[in-house]
Amino acid sequence: MVQDITQFVLILAVMTGLVVVLGKWMTHLFTSPTHNIIERGTYGILGVNPAEGMSWSRYGMVLLLSNAAMMLLGYLMLRLQEYLPGDPLARGSQTPDLAFNTAASFVTNTNWQSYSGESSLSNFSQMAVITFLMMVSAATGVAAAGAFIRGLSRKNTADIGNYWVDFTRVTYRVFLPICFVMALIYVWQGMPQTLNADAIAATLEGAKQQLIIGPVASLESIKHIGTNGGGFFAMNAAHPFENPTPLTNTLHILSMLLIPSALTYVFGAMILRRRQGWAFFGAFLVMFLGFLVLVYGTEQAGNPLLTPLGVDQTQTALQAGGNMEGKELRFGIAQTSLFVTTTTAATTGSVDAMHSSLTPLGGLVPIAEMMLNNVFGGDGVGFINLVTYAILTVFLVGMMIGRTPEFLGKKVEAREMKYVMLAVLAHPFSILGFTALACLVPSTLESLANQGPHGFSEVLYAYTSGTANNGSAFAGLNANTTFFNTTIGLAMLIGRYLTLLPMLAVAGVLAAKKTIPEGPGTLSTATPLFTGLLVFVILVVGGLTFLPALALGPIVEHLMMLGGTTF
Amino acid sequence: MHKERTITHAPASISHSPFKGVTRPVLVSAVFFMLVTGLAYPLVTTGVANILFPDQAQGSLIVENGQAIGSRVIGQYFTKPGYFHGRPSATSGTDPNDPSKTVDQPYNAAASGASNQGVISKKLLDAFAERTKTYREENGLAADARVPVDAVTASGSGLDPHISVANARLQAARVAKARGLPEDKVLDFVDQNTSGPQLGVLGDQRVNVLELNLALDAAAQAHRAAQ
Repeated sequence: MVQDITQFVLILAVMTGLVVVLGKWMTHLFTSPTHNIIERGTYGILGVNPAEGMSWSRYGMVLLLSNAAMMLLGYLMLRLQEYLPGDPLARGSQTPDLAFNTAASFVTNTNWQSYSGESSLSNFSQMAVITFLMMVSAATGVAAAGAFIRGLSRKNTADIGNYWVDFTRVTYRVFLPICFVMALIYVWQGMPQTLNADAIAATLEGAKQQLIIGPVASLESIKHIGTNGGGFFAMNAAHPFENPTPLTNTLHILSMLLIPSALTYVFGAMILRRRQGWAFFGAFLVMFLGFLVLVYGTEQAGNPLLTPLGVDQTQTALQAGGNMEGKELRFGIAQTSLFVTTTTAATTGSVDAMHSSLTPLGGLVPIAEMMLNNVFGGDGVGFINLVTYAILTVFLVGMMIGRTPEFLGKKVEAREMKYVMLAVLAHPFSILGFTALACLVPSTLESLANQGPHGFSEVLYAYTSGTANNGSAFAGLNANTTFFNTTIGLAMLIGRYLTLLPMLAVAGVLAAKKTIPEGPGTLSTATPLFTGLLVFVILVVGGLTFLPALALGPIVEHLMMLGGTTF
Repeated sequence: MHKERTITHAPASISHSPFKGVTRPVLVSAVFFMLVTGLAYPLVTTGVANILFPDQAQGSLIVENGQAIGSRVIGQYFTKPGYFHGRPSATSGTDPNDPSKTVDQPYNAAASGASNQGVISKKLLDAFAERTKTYREENGLAADARVPVDAVTASGSGLDPHISVANARLQAARVAKARGLPEDKVLDFVDQNTSGPQLGVLGDQRVNVLELNLALDAAAQAHRAAQ
């Protein structure tokens, strides 16, 4: 218990320290006027003028079209996999609906996987499709966040920056160098990094064990730093080759939180209101800690239905105890709980334990974090979501005290509130709409691995994960059907672009406004009071929207577990 | 109010048209960044990793007499009484007799897998009851003995290389009997193959089953050679 809490405190302290280091570096990246030689060469190859300023609509359109081209390239390579070079295991091409789902999943930074990595992707696809889309989707999100913050920090201009410059710099100055170093640390700890496809071992008891290997470490590092989450192997970061030691697990956790948390600092630095950045960081952290306590508490308490069977789940000097189904022993309950809380907070979606086998309240946490979608959130977009709610909070509070709402010295008016509400509503519309649709389709029952409320949770989890661009799953669900591949694919695209584009519009509209001086009636948005109000609004909006669905899934399952009802 | 007009940022040009001149950069960027991030980055990493850590980069294989016998980080399926047993594994594989069927195949490192059953699943609870009973029988424990949770639950990957110290200690008597060794000696081996939390704080105490069994085999071989 003491050791568990020590781990939590230590890891979160390191994370907070990194906020400042990376925050300073990224602020420089988004504001520096000079391009280095490699970047200038890249602009030459692309044929773009780095000095061009873009309006929000142009920035958004270039982002959308370049993502579409990358998705198409990925789709084609998956469809043509069997003709592409270098796979001794001769794994076949993906079907059209599966390739659509995979390409949509990775370009939107979701990383939902309807396939299992070992059996369906060659090493070439793992690099040229998966690693590629992981890096560019993360760079897209961070670039958008940079433009968004820039828009909020400017006045009287339509210019929110240059997409190509933001994208290229984020890729070259943040992702590539950090991922390279991290990959080497991962290999040192026991992660494979090779072009060989497998190794055959003759086990001690004389059986044959085929070990699938490949370029795992280079995928694994961008997977977490880019808050992507898609695994090289089916069982993701629970697989010892993806996560061999507690140290790699810790580095995975820190990687996932790295950019989402640092963006709060970037924000404070770029709008010249440092306290505002920390106020947002505080909002992230408060929600995160609440969810962490809930997962850790329920998972360490274990499954009450096991105790009558004579199974010992207590934590002693000789065992970590707790609900160990679907968990790895080297992580135990503490490291697993922190990972579970982080992966859906930072909408990464990689898993080091099977979420489907979490206790009902433990499993509620990842769903709830994805529904809120801004407890840190994914690279770039999580921060944008938080500001969405900050503007909503300012608006609600402004209504209550009867003043025109202001945010960062700009009046918040009807037009930007329409965009904000579009971003806020697209999310539950996609989650609840598709879940309801799937419940009406008879074939859904055949995809379920669990009966009763847990079966409903599997479907709810799938669309929540897709829409939140998370990618983790209650993995019993067989989602590789035409219906699920297509609808989850659409949910991912809606969840990504229908929140990103309206908020770029908000940034564009606010950038064009003039600032108004602060008066005695101005609500300060950098105080603990505002942080509290912000968290309150997030929880109330999320609760009112999603509580009925949660009540049908994890909550009723929890009550059944206490009552001893089984399915 | 006039001071407001100072524009802090003045780029060379501002484009409002969303589509003007985007075709080439959009198409070229997809291919170019695929080459940089999808091929150059992983290939350079592979090259450097294989120079610095050639053993780990190829899967941390344990090789004896030129033949790989396993990976240090991947669990193996053990059933013999003279070996320590790993955790239950939910992996499956193709039926060797009928390729169209899938059958249970514990510790199949070509297809990681978990039960994915929820806590109130009858199937899972039945499996727990069965495994608890078997564990007690195999290790000569009383019918109401408490069984460590890791001994009856399947891991997330199905390839977990570790068991808890509590689990290993309860198996020691069985292994000692099968090998004709004193139990204390076997417990010494357990202690030698137990790792504490990494860097003193991270993760939990654990026993690597494959390494422990290899150590027992190596000692037995050395003993035979000495005779």
